[in-house]
Amino acid sequence: MNGVHDLGGMQGFGPIQAEPEATEPVFHAEWEKTVWGLMLALSHKRLWSLDRFRRMIEMQRPVDYLQHSYYENWLAALERLVVDAGLLDESTPVAEAWTPVYASSAQPRYETGDRVRAVNRHPVAHTRSPRYVRGRRGVIIRHCAVEPLPELAAENICAPQHVYCVRFEAAELWGTAARDALYLELFEEYLEPMS
Amino acid sequence: MAQDHDEGADHVHSDVPEPIALRVRALQSLLVDKGVIEQATIDELVDRIEHRVGPHAGAAVVARGWIDDEFRVRLLRDGVEAVESLGVGDWGRGTRLVALENTAEVHNVVVCTLCSCYPWKLLGPPPVWYKSAAYRSRVVIDPRSVLAEFGTTVADNVEVRVWDSNSEVRYVVIPERPEGTEGFSVEQLAGLVTRNAMIGVEMARLPDSSL
Repeated sequence: MNGVHDLGGMQGFGPIQAEPEATEPVFHAEWEKTVWGLMLALSHKRLWSLDRFRRMIEMQRPVDYLQHSYYENWLAALERLVVDAGLLDESTPVAEAWTPVYASSAQPRYETGDRVRAVNRHPVAHTRSPRYVRGRRGVIIRHCAVEPLPELAAENICAPQHVYCVRFEAAELWGTAARDALYLELFEEYLEPMS
Repeated sequence: MAQDHDEGADHVHSDVPEPIALRVRALQSLLVDKGVIEQATIDELVDRIEHRVGPHAGAAVVARGWIDDEFRVRLLRDGVEAVESLGVGDWGRGTRLVALENTAEVHNVVVCTLCSCYPWKLLGPPPVWYKSAAYRSRVVIDPRSVLAEFGTTVADNVEVRVWDSNSEVRYVVIPERPEGTEGFSVEQLAGLVTRNAMIGVEMARLPDSSL
């Protein structure tokens, strides 16, 4: 989804308000600790995938997403997930719904050094291909892993796919003269070969 | 102070939790009462993240990498295997850890533009600024201005590499070892490695600088 969470390259958010590292607490309120504990305890139960959790955060109203603190966004997602999974219904048993697999029988389509383009796609549901790389040319740095495709993982469906580290030049992404570069990991279907 | 100040009423008022805290408590109570999760599990997870991992754990890993070539090679090859060998465990399947080495030619900096992915199993939860829209939006399009805000200047002939943590890989930066630290112990070196240096927005501290 081209949502407000897809922040890379957006402008106008002002300076970075960094607390001094030496004095920043791990948590800023007691309730934040509980949200952390709830999130992890529930994720250990494998009731949903991490991408489903992310999707619930992304489905909030854009203004809520931006106004909420990080742990408020977590709480909003947990509330949706808990209701969605029927965990508060008397009759619903707590059942594992997410069984990730990290293997595929398919051969990797790309190898190190291959020139690729990030597919220009705009799925309305969850994706981990950020807007700022779509349509842009990059180079495969390496094959990284086989992992569940986020689009389907967001529905608790496991479809393992090859993942690659891809380098994009800053000049290609932003039209700048800087020699800098962006590195992302992209699923095979987020990429297409360059001839 | 007014003599007729009602301290009792004031005390009650200040004890009223924020609405967000009440929402959290409601969710917690429902899940614990229904037996979905146990309170002891929540407490254990909070204790682990607050006390057992954190920047100190990452600093120990970096310092070991600085003085032990064999360990640095392992760290760069398989981050999870290397940090688990130092007792920073519980990675499970799915999450990978990749160490990025800063050199005279390359400066690495880490972000998650789509959410807030961070190597918390090593460094603890991310700082608030790492999760902010300001950082996530700008560090990919203008990394040098972001580094400058942290007081970090990267020479024009050094390549800045921005790593967007958009899959299940987490990155930790190995900053350059400061000059003048020959003969330092692992503990002394670890004291120079800040959290911000392991994200890549700052350099490691110089040995004579005070925090």
